Amino acid sequence: MTGAVLVRELRRSFATTTAVDGASWSAAAGTVTALLGPNGAGKTTTVECLEGLQRPDAGSVQVLGVDPWHAGPDLRARVGVMLQEGGLATTSRPLPLLRHLAALYAEPAPLDELVERLGITGFERTTVRRMSGGQRQRVALAAALLPRPDVLFLDEPTAGLDPHARLEVWDLVRAEAARGACVVVTTHSFEEAERLADRVVIMASGRVVADGTLDDVRAGRTLEDVYFALTTGAAR
Amino acid sequence: MSAVAPDRPAAAPARRRVLARASFETRILLANGEQLLVSLVLPALALVALTVSSVPDLGPGARADLATAGALALAVVSTAFTGQAISTGFDRRAGVLRLLGTTPLGRGGLLTAKCVAVLSVLGLQVVVLGALGGALGARPQAGGILPLLVSLVLGSAAFVALALLLAGTLRAEAVLAVANLLWVLLLGLGVLVPTDRLPGALATVAALLPSGALGDAVRTAFVDGGWPWAQWAVLVGWGLVGALLARRYFRWSD
Repeated sequence: MTGAVLVRELRRSFATTTAVDGASWSAAAGTVTALLGPNGAGKTTTVECLEGLQRPDAGSVQVLGVDPWHAGPDLRARVGVMLQEGGLATTSRPLPLLRHLAALYAEPAPLDELVERLGITGFERTTVRRMSGGQRQRVALAAALLPRPDVLFLDEPTAGLDPHARLEVWDLVRAEAARGACVVVTTHSFEEAERLADRVVIMASGRVVADGTLDDVRAGRTLEDVYFALTTGAAR
Repeated sequence: MSAVAPDRPAAAPARRRVLARASFETRILLANGEQLLVSLVLPALALVALTVSSVPDLGPGARADLATAGALALAVVSTAFTGQAISTGFDRRAGVLRLLGTTPLGRGGLLTAKCVAVLSVLGLQVVVLGALGGALGARPQAGGILPLLVSLVLGSAAFVALALLLAGTLRAEAVLAVANLLWVLLLGLGVLVPTDRLPGALATVAALLPSGALGDAVRTAFVDGGWPWAQWAVLVGWGLVGALLARRYFRWSD
């Protein structure tokens, strides 16, 4: 199962702003791809097209061979999504929330193990509204992992987490890839990209400015140096 | 043939997905203190107050019957409109609708689940307010039970459509303000008081509003045992317009 995620000449505009301007890249099963770029580079728009939340103006995207905009429950059951804003009902507590999400899948991941591993048991009686940013991140990640997905989209999965929790999340993400999932991580953290990614895609001004294995993209330099060399002037 | 475990992630059956979400939404609605106040406590207070007082004029018929019918109509407006508009507006802002749009539930499943949740809460409201009305002396016409249920369902559908239109087009804070303001305004436009008791042109206007159509329909069924076809037509009209506009203008993210 290669090319689990395909982006071909994707274009997407909002009013007078071009968010994505002919981007092409792909991600294979069993790998972690880090999507990097300054704010406004088009990362979130690209991923939202892949998640079926936005419709491309031109070009195409495919997830597991299907156009996500027209996808039904069969595809959505194979895709796990962690949104930047979480998407968690603010008045709910984590366990009822995760239980009801688990009920959407035929064979969800064992909730107890997930909750234990992500340390959610420590705040299981807290409503989402009263959780810290890091606690919300953990619940949102658990929600994304519930389907045991073939494709996993994670938008800044460790933002707001303490160092121990970040290591735990990185282990989980690597385990998902080892299980055969195609993982796409949007991040601003060079450390996260270097620790996790098999492949790196850097976007700037809606275009892909670097795409390859971590070693290919770094080419003997640090990822940070490459990033600033390619994106300086494109940051908004 | 026995079921075989899927070799790749699969969605739960559609009915289970909708029921899981509907059950979750119902529990959220019932666990929310402010929502319970608006959907149950205030209609109950209105029922008691209208029954024991002699003003406003509720027209011909037993006062307990008219007050119970008005309280049931108010319960529909509270749950299907105000409650749904506010919860959907804040869910939209928190990204809940977007996240659910990426799950097997999908947007269609979410909307169906919301309707099921509203009807579940409405069932509870009917039981509680019906019992309270009965204790105060209300006795619905036996032949009016079916048209009463039809009126409540049509009213719920119309107000859910209008709630989604509001919640999907305005910012969450604006939804909160507008939904609460409309709840207060609609009270006086045919929900609690029959439209023909309103002064002058206001009576005609109120009869054409979903609030007046719902209130009059429930009263016609509950008090007279009649079939309020004209009011149902008004409710269906508002429901269709609301649904079409919501379908066109609803935005899933803030």
